[in-house]
Amino acid sequence: MKRPDSETGPDAGAAERRAAHSAAAPLFELSDVDVDYGAVRALSGVSLAIRPGECVALVGANGSGKSTLLRLLHCLIQPTRGQAHCVARRRQAMLFQQPYMLRTSALNNVSLGLWLRGMRWRAARTRAGLALRQAGMADLAARNAKTLSGGQQQRLAMVRAWALAPEVLLLDEPTASLDPHAKREVEQMMSDFTQAGAGGAPAMIFSSHNLGQVKRLARRVVYLERGSIVADLPVDDFFYGPLPEAASLFVKGERIP
Amino acid sequence: MNTLSESVLTALQLIAGADPVLLSIVARSLAVSACACLLACSVGMVAGSWLAVARFRGRGIVLTLLNTSLALPSVVVGLVVYLLLSHSGPLGFLGWLFSFQAMVLAQALLVCPVVTALVRQTVEDAERHHGEQLRSLRARTLVRSLLLVWDERFTLLTIVITGFGRAISEVGAVMVVGGNIEGYTRVMTTAIALETSKGDLPLALALGLLLLLVVLLLNVLAALVRRWRERRDAGLPGLFDHAGALP
Repeated sequence: MKRPDSETGPDAGAAERRAAHSAAAPLFELSDVDVDYGAVRALSGVSLAIRPGECVALVGANGSGKSTLLRLLHCLIQPTRGQAHCVARRRQAMLFQQPYMLRTSALNNVSLGLWLRGMRWRAARTRAGLALRQAGMADLAARNAKTLSGGQQQRLAMVRAWALAPEVLLLDEPTASLDPHAKREVEQMMSDFTQAGAGGAPAMIFSSHNLGQVKRLARRVVYLERGSIVADLPVDDFFYGPLPEAASLFVKGERIP
Repeated sequence: MNTLSESVLTALQLIAGADPVLLSIVARSLAVSACACLLACSVGMVAGSWLAVARFRGRGIVLTLLNTSLALPSVVVGLVVYLLLSHSGPLGFLGWLFSFQAMVLAQALLVCPVVTALVRQTVEDAERHHGEQLRSLRARTLVRSLLLVWDERFTLLTIVITGFGRAISEVGAVMVVGGNIEGYTRVMTTAIALETSKGDLPLALALGLLLLLVVLLLNVLAALVRRWRERRDAGLPGLFDHAGALP
């Protein structure tokens, strides 16, 4: 699947470009951020910087603050305290565990995302059609999106996000409720997404309880515990290097997610 | 044969014979309630969906007032509309008192809070479940509320039918502002009240039976809509038939 802004084939120089991006200004910069839901502190003293082209996995037990962090990065919530700076606000997309599809065709659902970003409806439909074809989902274009299976809906949500050609894709446990086959398909789409297009490598930040998936897709892992970042490491260091005790227990599977 | 069975028999004869007086009353009732329902739904759908999605200071008070207005007695609505439309009232210049328009206005005021409250509840439930995803697509408040209304359209159709049922079955407001003038503002409910008080039970009963029939037809319509929706959800194409072909 080629990115919509891509005019070349699969990019062989993606790794080099990523290296160049690593020196670039961060897309997100959080400094000492707290987020409260009433009396409950969901995030506490979080500082984080994410640069273009990074593929970051957020891991941690249920209630550790992964979803809150993603929502904060996508500007769906505001920090209670601290600074949250987001450069790519208008060029980012987010996927949820259970995607919401309107009661209309798959094509219209993809078009809607583009139309809401200011594209004319006719142009949006053309681009949505192209995106569905490239994702191998043209046969589902006319189907009522509500009638699609969970895996198909998640792939459709992926196409809807991907059609926007975002600089950043945020995914909140995108494969948590899918069967192994659908999981593989969505993972493949996630992997394709991180291939650089003409505009440079997009960043992807996803939360997951599936450590195998984290190993396969991520290059950096952020481990959260009770709303705080306990470890923020390259993926190999996270799985094979020394870790704080809580994170180490989590990786060894002694802490059930 | 007792009075009841005689009345029922005569009522059935009136219906079967398509009595012109009976039919004109039924037609007027349907026209008044349909116009009132259209007016109330136009306002109630937009107001209800916006209230469901928007967050503003004083929203709680607005919702409390809205929910209170659900229990508004129809005669009180009739009285208010009467005062508004009377010669000395602020809308007296319209000359609508004891007219078709006055009855439409009264019924619309009666139905509007019902539609607004039910739409608000339905859309707010949808917003709670899906609003965040629409916000993530950068849908602003008004667009979000319209998208949710669109997505909940089958549920909202049931609300429209409920509103129509409320309008056609009320008697107090139309009696006060319409005056129950024969051949002009007499509708089913006011006619039933009048004929019963006069002792003309067959006509009252015939009207009552027709009123029940209308309510029954509304329920059948609601059931058909539900069935149609289930069929579409079972795998038929979406609402835009032209959406089938890729551009």
